[in-house]
Amino acid sequence: MRMASEGGPSLANGPMWRSGLVTAAIMLPPALILFTVFVILPIGEAAWYSFFNWDGFGRPLHFVGLTNYLQLLGDSAFDHAVADNLLIIAVSLLIQLPLALGLALLLSRRQIGTAVFRLIFFLPYVLADVAAGLIWRFVFDGNYGPISSLAVALGAGPVFLLADPRWAFSAVLAVIVWKYFGFHMMLYIAGLQGIDRDLYEAAAIDGATARQRFRYVTLPQLAPMIRLSIFFSVIGSLQFFDMIVPLTGGGPLNSTNTMVSFLYYFGITRMRVGFGSAVGVVLFVICVTFAFGYRRLFMRND
Amino acid sequence: MKAWKFVGAAMGAALLVSSAAKADVTIKVLHLQDSGPTLDLWNQIVKDYEAANPGQHVQLQFLENEALKAKLPTMLQSDDRPNLFHSWGGGVMRAQIKAGLAEDVTGWSGDLEKELSPGAASALTDQGKVYGAPFDVSEVSLFYNKALFAKAGVKAEDIKTWDDFLAALKKLKAAGITPIICGAGDKWPMHFYWSYLVLRAGGGNILAEAGAAKDGFKGPAFVEAGKRLKELADLNPFQDGYLGTNWNDSAGMWGDGKGAIQLMGNWIMTAQQTYAADKKGQASDNIGVLPFPTLPGGKGAANVTLGGVDGFLVSKDSPKETVQFLTYFLQPKYQQVAAAKGFYIPATLGTSDSIADPVIKQVASYIAGSSKHQLFFDQDLGPSVGRVVNDTSVAIAAGQVSPEDGAAAVQKAWDER
Repeated sequence: MRMASEGGPSLANGPMWRSGLVTAAIMLPPALILFTVFVILPIGEAAWYSFFNWDGFGRPLHFVGLTNYLQLLGDSAFDHAVADNLLIIAVSLLIQLPLALGLALLLSRRQIGTAVFRLIFFLPYVLADVAAGLIWRFVFDGNYGPISSLAVALGAGPVFLLADPRWAFSAVLAVIVWKYFGFHMMLYIAGLQGIDRDLYEAAAIDGATARQRFRYVTLPQLAPMIRLSIFFSVIGSLQFFDMIVPLTGGGPLNSTNTMVSFLYYFGITRMRVGFGSAVGVVLFVICVTFAFGYRRLFMRND
Repeated sequence: MKAWKFVGAAMGAALLVSSAAKADVTIKVLHLQDSGPTLDLWNQIVKDYEAANPGQHVQLQFLENEALKAKLPTMLQSDDRPNLFHSWGGGVMRAQIKAGLAEDVTGWSGDLEKELSPGAASALTDQGKVYGAPFDVSEVSLFYNKALFAKAGVKAEDIKTWDDFLAALKKLKAAGITPIICGAGDKWPMHFYWSYLVLRAGGGNILAEAGAAKDGFKGPAFVEAGKRLKELADLNPFQDGYLGTNWNDSAGMWGDGKGAIQLMGNWIMTAQQTYAADKKGQASDNIGVLPFPTLPGGKGAANVTLGGVDGFLVSKDSPKETVQFLTYFLQPKYQQVAAAKGFYIPATLGTSDSIADPVIKQVASYIAGSSKHQLFFDQDLGPSVGRVVNDTSVAIAAGQVSPEDGAAAVQKAWDER
C-alpha cells in the first residue's frame, strides 16, 4: 500500500499487475498457510502413515509398503462398505432427488401454507445428525419403537429392523432420504424462483401444455441447480458417517458400514492408524476423481 | 555483604518457586465410571484428599467406554493429557508403555505396592516395572435370575457341564422365558462365550500357547469353541434382536427381568440397576451366580476364570503427587466402603471381609480359588486382534462364519498385527 502511494497513483504510473502482486503478497499467505497446515499436510501425513503398521502411539516405524492397501482389497467388510456407499448414491439420485424436485415444484409458488410446508420438510436437515440417529434408533427399536408396536398391533411379531442384517441398511437408507431431501428441495426452490416468469408466459402464449412447459422451460433452466445438487448428493453419500454411529454402529455383522465408518471402526478403534489411513487415501482418491471429473464433464459452464 | 545479599535473594527465589510449584498441582484423572453411587464415593475421596493436601487439586474426567478407547491415543500424546487414565492392562497397556506414554513409577510410593493384592497389582506392570495400580478385580460368570429359574424349574446347582447348561436353556425356553440376554450389538459381550469356551476346551494357558505356535489360533480348542458357540446359538436362546442390542440396553433388560441369564463381569450388579427402567433392577437376593460350565473332554477346569482388572496408569511426566493421590485413593479405608456397598471387588488388601453382598462375595471366592485368571481376550490380545475376536464371536453365533473360518480370521489378525 505504501509503495503504491509513494509512487503516485498506481493505476496511472505502474503496470496493474504490480499492485495486484502486492495485494496477493499480503492477502494470500494467511489463507495459503491455513490451507497447507490444515488440509495439505494432514492429507500428506495420512498418505505417509498408510505405508506403516502403526498403532498410533509414538512414531510410525514399522514400514510395510503396500500391505495395508492389499489387506483392504481382500477385506470383505470393506467391499460391503463400498457397496453400501454405492447404494446410498443410487437411492439419493433415484429417490431422494426426484422427491425433492417434486416437492419443490409444489412448494415454489407463493401460496398460503407453502412456507409452513417448506419449513416442515427442511427441519430434518437442520437437526444434528447424531440426534436424528438416536431418534430413529428409538423409532426402529423392536421393544419400544412405534414401527414395531404397529407391527404387533397388526398381528405380526415385533420387528427388529436394525438388528437384522437383511433389513438394517434399508432402514438406514430411509433415514438418509428423510434427513437430506429437504436440503435438495430448498436448492430446487431457490432455482425455480430464479426462473424468469416471462419464459412461462411466452410458452403459454405459444400453446405449451403444463408438461411441455416443465420439459422445455423448467428443466433446462433448473439444470445448473440439478447438476449442483447431484454433486452435493454424491459427495455427501461418499462421506456419509455421522448417523451410522448412533443408528447401528456399523452392525449387525458389519452390514451397515460406509467407507468412513469402516475407517473409524477398523482403523481408529482398532488402533490401526496405518490401515485406517489407507482407507482414507482410497476414499480421498475416489472423492477427488469424482469431484474433478464431474465438474469438468457436467459443470463446465455453470 | 554482596555475597549475603545474593544468597538471600537466591533463597527467596527458591522459596517462591517451590511454593508456586506446590500451589498449582492439578491431577487429572480420566475414568469411565458411570455408576452414580460409586462416583459419589470417588468424589468424596477427592474432597478428602484436597482437604488433606492444600494446594493440590484433583479433576475427575469421564469418558464413555468406547469413546475412551477411541480418544486415548490422541489424548495421551497431547500436552493436556490426563495424569491417571483408565486401563485394563494387557495388549493396549503394553503398546502405551512401548510408546513411552506411561510413567515408570516403581518405587515412587512404598505404600502403594503394600496396599494391593500382588496378583492384581501385577496386571499393571510390565517386565517388573510398575506403571499404575488397579482398583478392582472382576470376573465373568453366569449371573441368573432366581425367580425365573424357579418358574422354569431349573436348578442352578445342577448346571455343571455344557450339556447341563444347554438343557437348562431349553427348559427356560419351554417355559416361555428368554434364556439369555446378550448385548451382541457391542460385540464384546458375545466374545465372553467364545473366550470361556476356548479356555474350557484348551485350558488356562491356551492363549500363550496359541500365540507362540505357528497357526496356533487355528488349533482344535478354538475350532471346538466356535462349534459349541454355534450349538448354543442354534437353540435361539438370546432375546429378539440381540444382534442390535448394545450392552447398556442389555444390562437394563436383564435388570428388568426380561431374560434369565447374562454372562457378564460382576459389574453387571451395579449396571443392571443403573440401566433398569425403574433404576432399581433385580434385588440382590434374586440374583444367583454360577461358574461357566465345563466342556466334556476339555482341558480347562471350572476354576479357570476369565476376567480382568480395572485400574489407572500414570501418564508420562506426571507429578509425584499423582502417585500420592493414587495411594490415598486405594487405601483400605475407602475401598472397604466400595466393597461393603457392592460397587466392585477392590484390589486393595484387607477389603474382602467387607464385602456384604452374597453374590459379589461368591464371585470374589471364585477369583480367590482360581487356578488361572485369564485377562479378557480382547484386552490381552491387543486392540487389533481383540476386535477381530469380538467380530468373529458374533459372526459365529449368527451363523455368518463357520467355526473354522472364525479361528482362521483370528489367526490372520494375529499374523498381521
